[in-house]
Amino acid sequence: MIHTDLCIIGAGPVGLFAVFEAGLLKMRCHLIDALPQVGGQLSEIYPQKPIYDIPGYPEVNAQDLVDNLMEQAKPFSPTFTLGERVDHLDKQEDGSFIVTTSDKTKVHAQVIVIAGGLGCFEPRKPVVENLELFEGKGVTYMVKNPETFRDKNVVLAGGGDSALDWTIFLSKVAKRVTLVHRNETFRGAPDSAAKVFDLANNGKIDLILSANLKELGGNGKLDSVTFVDKSKIEIKLEADYLIPLFGLSPKLGPIADWGLSIDKNAIEVDTRDYSTGVDRIYAIGDINIYPGKLKLILCGFHEAAIMMHSAFKYVYPDQKLSFKYTTVNGVNSF
Amino acid sequence: MVNFTVEDQEGNRQECEAPDDMGFNLMEILKAYEYPILATCGGMALCGTCHIEVLEGKDELGQATDPELDQLETMPEYFPTSRLACQIRIGDVLEGSVLKLRGEDQ
Repeated sequence: MIHTDLCIIGAGPVGLFAVFEAGLLKMRCHLIDALPQVGGQLSEIYPQKPIYDIPGYPEVNAQDLVDNLMEQAKPFSPTFTLGERVDHLDKQEDGSFIVTTSDKTKVHAQVIVIAGGLGCFEPRKPVVENLELFEGKGVTYMVKNPETFRDKNVVLAGGGDSALDWTIFLSKVAKRVTLVHRNETFRGAPDSAAKVFDLANNGKIDLILSANLKELGGNGKLDSVTFVDKSKIEIKLEADYLIPLFGLSPKLGPIADWGLSIDKNAIEVDTRDYSTGVDRIYAIGDINIYPGKLKLILCGFHEAAIMMHSAFKYVYPDQKLSFKYTTVNGVNSF
Repeated sequence: MVNFTVEDQEGNRQECEAPDDMGFNLMEILKAYEYPILATCGGMALCGTCHIEVLEGKDELGQATDPELDQLETMPEYFPTSRLACQIRIGDVLEGSVLKLRGEDQ
């Protein structure tokens, strides 16, 4: 069990800045994010795009902003659980919470800060009957441990960069790799596409183009994948694993089940301190909604500062909070 | 004003109109009509949540742009007349078109 003062759900820009604001008040943070890296949609969707409305930065590259926020949070030694989704929040008798993730990591915290953006990024799933039936039994949307695929028959579906990259990587590990793509060409990185064609020409992988997933077979565990090509001919492949790689899309997910007041996929908050209707749970950034809400990073930063001053009373119930400027007091690390 | 028809994920159709002189894109108009479009990336053709299929009017609307095709390529399904609404500027080309929402329903 990880013990912390605040558990921040979502390691996007607002979650990261919240660590800094908490740190100024001597509160420790543990962050959890469903993505395998910090930065939220900035790192996942548009890392190389410029942002023009961060105060003090006429222009800043999205990934640079994330890197700077990490640097700014560093004095307060935040800890992270990445690549895991928060599934449960359990209130304890003393008012604190135990958070449980999809991988059963447990975090004990006095206060919960939901900075979940638009929700957790989850894999987009192809429309195939029985897909859910084989999830975890051969169908997987992420390559967490490549060793899982050693000496196995692996079928990948998709045409983006991750499909190309994993095809190249797994060709060295798996018994046989087949990449199935619905077009004749790839629009991903030309180098990766060329490598994939090379591997296919040299018989190292099988490449099936202009084909679409049709059905999955197996008895309790995946053993075959059937595709249909452009001539409507069915191709059935032996498969221990199917890895559909069609990008990620945000979903509100389990947050909807935590007894919070939800409106249009966002959590309603009190604008005095961005608290939700549930004691000790706050929501900041794009995940919250209130009259006049603007989904801007800079608004999330403001919300983080305000809410930390409110959360202080739960972490230090016997202390009086006095407001201090960093220009006077500096940033005292811990 | 420009008039067009939108069909939602359940097949319900609605006549919509949008001003063609304010620089809006189609995604913004669909959101204004409260269709369940996330528009995660805010209009950069990077998330695919405003995916639509052009049922009528494809010749006027033209081909998807390169950034759209890059995004559509990564998605589980797309159609010969798929577009991303955020990349379609409101203008005469939309007049009389029929568009089906394909973005993931939230």
